[in-house]
Amino acid sequence: MPKDSGIGASTKRREDVRFLTGRGRYTDDINLRGQAYVHFLRSDVAHGTLKGVDTSAAEAMPGVIRIFTGADFEGVGGLPCGWQITDRQGNPMQEPPHPVLAQGKVRHVGDPIAAVVADSFEEARDAAEAIEVDIEELPAVVDMKAALADGAPKVHDDLSSNLCYDWGFVEDNRQAVDDAIKGAHHVTTLELVNQRLAPNAMEPRVAIGDYAGHNDESTLYTTSQNPHVIRLLMGAFVLGIPEHKLRVIAPDVGGGFGSKIFHYAEEAFCTFAAKQLKRPVKWTSTRTEAFMSDAQGRDHVTKVELALDAEGNFLAYRTDTLANMGAYLSTFSTSVPTWLHGTLAAGNYKTPLIYVNVKAVFTNTVPVDAYRGAGRPEATYQLERVIDKAAREMGIDPVELRRRNFITEFPYATPVAVEYDTGDYAATLDKALEIADWDSFDKRAEESAKKGLWRGRGINTYIEACGIAPSALVGQLGARAGLYESATVRVNATGGLVVMTGSHSHGQGHETAFPQVIAEMIGIDANMVEIVHGDTANTPMGMGTYGSRSIAVGGSAMVRATEKIIAKAKKIAAHLMEASDADIELKDGAFTVAGTDKSVAWGDVTLAAYVPHNYPLEDIEPGLEETAFYDPSNFTYPAGAYICEVEVDPETGKVTVDRFAAADDFGNVINPMIVEGQVHGGLAQGLGQALLENCVYDENGQLLSATYMDYAMPRADDLPSYRVDHSCQTPCTHNPLGVKGCGEAGAIGSPPAVVNAVVDALQRGGKDITHIDMPLSPGRVWAAMNV
Amino acid sequence: MTNVSMTVNGKSVSGEVEGRTLLVEFLREGLGLTGTHVGCDTSQCGACVVHVDGKAVKACTMFAAEAEGAEVKTIEGMAIADGSLGTIQQAFQDYHGLQCGFCTPGMVMSAAALLADNPRPSEAEVRSYLEGNLCRCTGYHNIVKAIMAASGQSVEPVAAE
Repeated sequence: MPKDSGIGASTKRREDVRFLTGRGRYTDDINLRGQAYVHFLRSDVAHGTLKGVDTSAAEAMPGVIRIFTGADFEGVGGLPCGWQITDRQGNPMQEPPHPVLAQGKVRHVGDPIAAVVADSFEEARDAAEAIEVDIEELPAVVDMKAALADGAPKVHDDLSSNLCYDWGFVEDNRQAVDDAIKGAHHVTTLELVNQRLAPNAMEPRVAIGDYAGHNDESTLYTTSQNPHVIRLLMGAFVLGIPEHKLRVIAPDVGGGFGSKIFHYAEEAFCTFAAKQLKRPVKWTSTRTEAFMSDAQGRDHVTKVELALDAEGNFLAYRTDTLANMGAYLSTFSTSVPTWLHGTLAAGNYKTPLIYVNVKAVFTNTVPVDAYRGAGRPEATYQLERVIDKAAREMGIDPVELRRRNFITEFPYATPVAVEYDTGDYAATLDKALEIADWDSFDKRAEESAKKGLWRGRGINTYIEACGIAPSALVGQLGARAGLYESATVRVNATGGLVVMTGSHSHGQGHETAFPQVIAEMIGIDANMVEIVHGDTANTPMGMGTYGSRSIAVGGSAMVRATEKIIAKAKKIAAHLMEASDADIELKDGAFTVAGTDKSVAWGDVTLAAYVPHNYPLEDIEPGLEETAFYDPSNFTYPAGAYICEVEVDPETGKVTVDRFAAADDFGNVINPMIVEGQVHGGLAQGLGQALLENCVYDENGQLLSATYMDYAMPRADDLPSYRVDHSCQTPCTHNPLGVKGCGEAGAIGSPPAVVNAVVDALQRGGKDITHIDMPLSPGRVWAAMNV
Repeated sequence: MTNVSMTVNGKSVSGEVEGRTLLVEFLREGLGLTGTHVGCDTSQCGACVVHVDGKAVKACTMFAAEAEGAEVKTIEGMAIADGSLGTIQQAFQDYHGLQCGFCTPGMVMSAAALLADNPRPSEAEVRSYLEGNLCRCTGYHNIVKAIMAASGQSVEPVAAE
């Protein structure tokens, strides 16, 4: 029987009521008394020398309060990068400055040049049109190979080249991998593009700066996944404001998918300008601005080689990647193609020798950073595509080839620096085959053929490193931050609880799922627990939500704090019942003394903590409030198997996903309904990548896909209903809930299944096609068949 | 500036607007009805769908002045009289048809318009009708289920989990 409360129950989401009645409070819904509006004048060329910005005519326009340019930010810090990569020679990466407003040069379309602050948004926008900008356009570098060529125009004049770093992993294995590939029975090679995507949270970014002169305190309201991180980065590195004078509030946030992790120029600008002008300053991004200023995702070009023996055992694996950084280093950009990518190169397989090379490249494009999955989708795509190609070349069934190479014993130390604690890859594979109805494929293929369509099927497995991250480990790898999480659990006198968490919910349902855990631990109704998040003034310093970490790291912090609460409450209960604390048990919201019928209710104990008339004051303090900071000892490793079936129309090249099956192992599950929803959303983004989405720049660096007319977002009629299963559960061995995280799996695991399926369909249709780069639009598929 | 008057969620309202003021701007900024959202600038995303004289309209595609005298209904007017969720709203909660909630008002308003027009749509008809409403969180699966359920139909044909 499914549970109806606590851990494992599909509790309906309490936050839904406000969202369904129009009572959500998103940042753009906030309007402060006397607020001014800012409009950013952005570069319309990808690369140029900024020779002059004449604001005089614009300043005379109605409603204009002040116009800021790069000159106003001289002496102000630039936007920092949070992760330093060390290259193959042991040198630090090249790290150029990233000013709030462009200084000297513009480096991508959308680079902010000037900011007009006016009494109304319309006046700000109108005045921006009167600014005269003198830009000497320079040749743009867009293609990564061209950017690395000798004599290529440099994005940053002060750097030695457009190469940010040349990273090898594990460098000591390089020669052994080369040798193994040279001597192998069979080597399968594949060159592929993991195209650039725009994250496209439906809520555009918004920032409102406010300043209280009487106490010199700045407040920033922003669409962020991690308000404490923004406070630290902006306060310490950009504006020089200590944390106690800076409050960052991220209220209801309309989706993030990574794009709202990073500290952006507009946040710093609004905070800075509010203090200068002594007025709140508000910025609301348009969608077109979002395409030009939100960090984008993926954009890897990779050559992969897989060496196998005659039986199909994987011997060695080598990848060479060019990773696009865009024009500046966004907050966590440098970690994505390296530590979030190279460490997953083993996948679910016991390949003994692996070498990953990544060259990160500056180009005149929008900065690239983490987008749902971040490095792990790229790793999965490379490996699962080349395995499929190898299976075809060697005449081995693609399911069997994977199964033959599965890691089956845990813990398993990969040759790429991580240790998988637990898993059962055969179980999720079998489950995926079952829910996809794999064995009846031929019958469905016949039905498709009757309609003149080619049916194909594709399978892949995936693994991801989630629950980011052990601080000591990532510190060694170049992270400039710890990646623990925090929670304060406050028990009120009459027994209700408030949890102040450093995690941030922007669709994940923390307000519902987190209380389920506490309800289970204490044995009370989940409605007695309230979750507070998103405001640095009333939550402990926390690192926020990304990398499928909320329940695995934030949830663990909450469990640890609650354990402290329970330990203290047991002492109080022991005092009230004149028993030893060791004999006290907590069950169903009541404390009992083992072996007796003595009992005291949860609420009586909590009341005693705050009304300590009969209380062991000499032994313990009154009150019942505890904080815990939880730093994970390892990543978590969700894994699974995905199967896609497509129909390809040979006349038009149109691909239709007929069914998609996802079998995931997320370890223990707190709320199955929410977990399934997370998988659905991830699958849609993965299918969107496979079939539809693409950020397109022309050779001059113009972004051609800057609206929803041009960037193909998946719509309801592009996608199938999904078959998802999470019944295979190998609990995480190192966090208290045994959870692994589920937010990114769908996006990580699904693109290779789709491409494998399309290649399979084309092969079955008699076309000798081994690869097509995503997105598999009708035009690309048709061209592959006919050109 | 011109004065515009209309009925919104059953109440008579009026306000001063510029000729270029969009209906969605009037609702959000003029009336403080911030449940209607703006997710794009090309009338593609559908986060701003409201009902104007009973028809689903993207409130970013018409000027406030064009709604003079109209009956406008927004997400704030969708709950039933005692304040509890209406059938469609309740189905969205029951079937987890929303995550971040940003596209949700537009989805609910579109779903209401669909079911008023076609009380028992097929799954394909639901998906086709929602073509003008983007959601980045749910992958649409549970939105489709919620709308099928709100129409009193079985959700079984929407792939079993």
